[in-house]
Amino acid sequence: METLEEIKARIEAAVSGAQLEILANDSPSGQRSLLVDDNHALTVAMFLRNDPGLQLDYCSNVTGVDWPDKVEKIKTKVKKVVDGAEQEVEETIEKRTPGFLEAVYHLYSMSLKHGPAILRLRTENRTDKVHLPSLTPVWRGAEFQEREIFDLYGIVFDGHPDLRRILMWDGFKDHPMRKDYVEPDDYEYEPTPHAEVLEKARAHLPQPQPKEASA
Amino acid sequence: MSATDLAANYNTTGKPDSADIQSDVLEVAMGPHHPSTHGVFRMDVALEGERIIKLKPVFGYLHRNHEKIAENTSYLASMPYTDRLDYFCSMTNNWAYALSVENLAGLQVPERAEYIRVITAELTRLLNHTCLVGFLLQDMGALGTPLMYAFREREKILDLFEALSGSRMMCNYMRFGGCRCDLPAGWLEQAKLVVANYPRFLDEFERLLSENEILIARTQGVGVLPRELAVNASVTGPMLRACGVNYDIRKVDNYGIYDRFEFRVPLGDHGDVFDRYMIRVLEMRESLKILNKALAEIPDGPVIDPKAKLRGFRPKAGEAYGRIEAPKGELGFYLISDGGPNPYRYRVRPPSLINLTILEDMCLGHTVADVVVILGSVDIVLGEVDR
Repeated sequence: METLEEIKARIEAAVSGAQLEILANDSPSGQRSLLVDDNHALTVAMFLRNDPGLQLDYCSNVTGVDWPDKVEKIKTKVKKVVDGAEQEVEETIEKRTPGFLEAVYHLYSMSLKHGPAILRLRTENRTDKVHLPSLTPVWRGAEFQEREIFDLYGIVFDGHPDLRRILMWDGFKDHPMRKDYVEPDDYEYEPTPHAEVLEKARAHLPQPQPKEASA
Repeated sequence: MSATDLAANYNTTGKPDSADIQSDVLEVAMGPHHPSTHGVFRMDVALEGERIIKLKPVFGYLHRNHEKIAENTSYLASMPYTDRLDYFCSMTNNWAYALSVENLAGLQVPERAEYIRVITAELTRLLNHTCLVGFLLQDMGALGTPLMYAFREREKILDLFEALSGSRMMCNYMRFGGCRCDLPAGWLEQAKLVVANYPRFLDEFERLLSENEILIARTQGVGVLPRELAVNASVTGPMLRACGVNYDIRKVDNYGIYDRFEFRVPLGDHGDVFDRYMIRVLEMRESLKILNKALAEIPDGPVIDPKAKLRGFRPKAGEAYGRIEAPKGELGFYLISDGGPNPYRYRVRPPSLINLTILEDMCLGHTVADVVVILGSVDIVLGEVDR
């Protein structure tokens, strides 16, 4: 298969305005991926499937990844004027990187027997702007997997023919695969010698009133 | 109310009026508790007369969020959990996971371990396909006998696995960079015996089944899957090859040491249930070829890379996707490491779930009895579908 740089150049020539970025991978597998902007994702996907040199007709694996907001504390030395004299003072700055959700597509070619080419799409944030274009119209194999991402990560795939929850039930509210998911508190007390369970039980159940000593 | 008033409500002409022949759409929930669904799986079927006009699969009855559990445990601790995905083929599940982690961490596998992996994986393929044929016949109404024949043979392979790993089905045998332990004394001879006797069983099985009139009537032309649709819908494994697409990951990726073995990839013509049955029988015969060669050639040596670190294993930050040709299709594991002891992202690509994408397309226009056979030919295990 062509290198990712060649593929990127070919896509940029064929799809005008597509913004692509090659993401590095430091692990020994060396599987780098191509980040595609949402607006051109469908056209890029069509190009990858139909191009005679690539023919990535087989979308093997589709999955979501959650990248929560990151707060990094960076210590810097700043020169400040303290009591008339210039001094170096340590300051910590909180650097906030906004989080996002990611959909990863592993593409192979069944006719030319090469691959994988890895596509990545990213949402703007994790709360309200979680829409991505669905690639199910291009590869039908993504249908159930995109439904699974919608169910477990909460990415809304526009253009998906049948976007419903797949593994969790319809009335379920949250998205369990997100890193900040908290299990619902449906604790039931069972007699147990374990201290932490007893602690949890105490928080839940009304404390039995101490019996007054009978006269 | 007089008798004549009552009579007015009945059609006494002897011919059906239009209201009588109007066929209502009947909605049936097949499953979740139905023996033909091979677990807990539901199909919401809309019927017009006996013909299926709509079929929606419903999943999730066995969902336990395997991926989340794996993200909260160390790499090694997920290994026994992979046994529970497709509980017929724990050896191939182990291999797929070990292969992905080896890709992620750049580990090497000693030669003897590679041979053991091939041997166990091909034995797994034998037992999976044998059982599948038994279940398929059971779904067609051949109650008991073919399934018991299949299970008798499967038990011989499971005995080998038990001697090797201590457990019949939940083997937990492979490790990153090799296998957990060496073969016990006498195991190779026992395995050679099982492999040597297998063709006789297959001949007998085929003599009973392959030209059986009822099997042919129930399977030929049923559940036809067109080639283009199969590729587009990411169908893999014997299902795909029954449509005539030559794609076997053992040949394409040459993972492990599969480039050392000569075997053919059987392909179907029609993509119907009969082809899927036949492909599996032929694949078993090819597996036997691989097994014969591997059992004869297996070298001595260590079974695990001495540098492989099992406890405190922390691969460098990065990601890897590894895949193998499991008996049911492409089984892949996608791992993202952030340098910590647990995977940041752990994803299973389940062949059973993705092969169900085209279930509705295959079933439309057939009867309920055919749906049971078509579903049986897809070969699903709900532990893997729902994860």
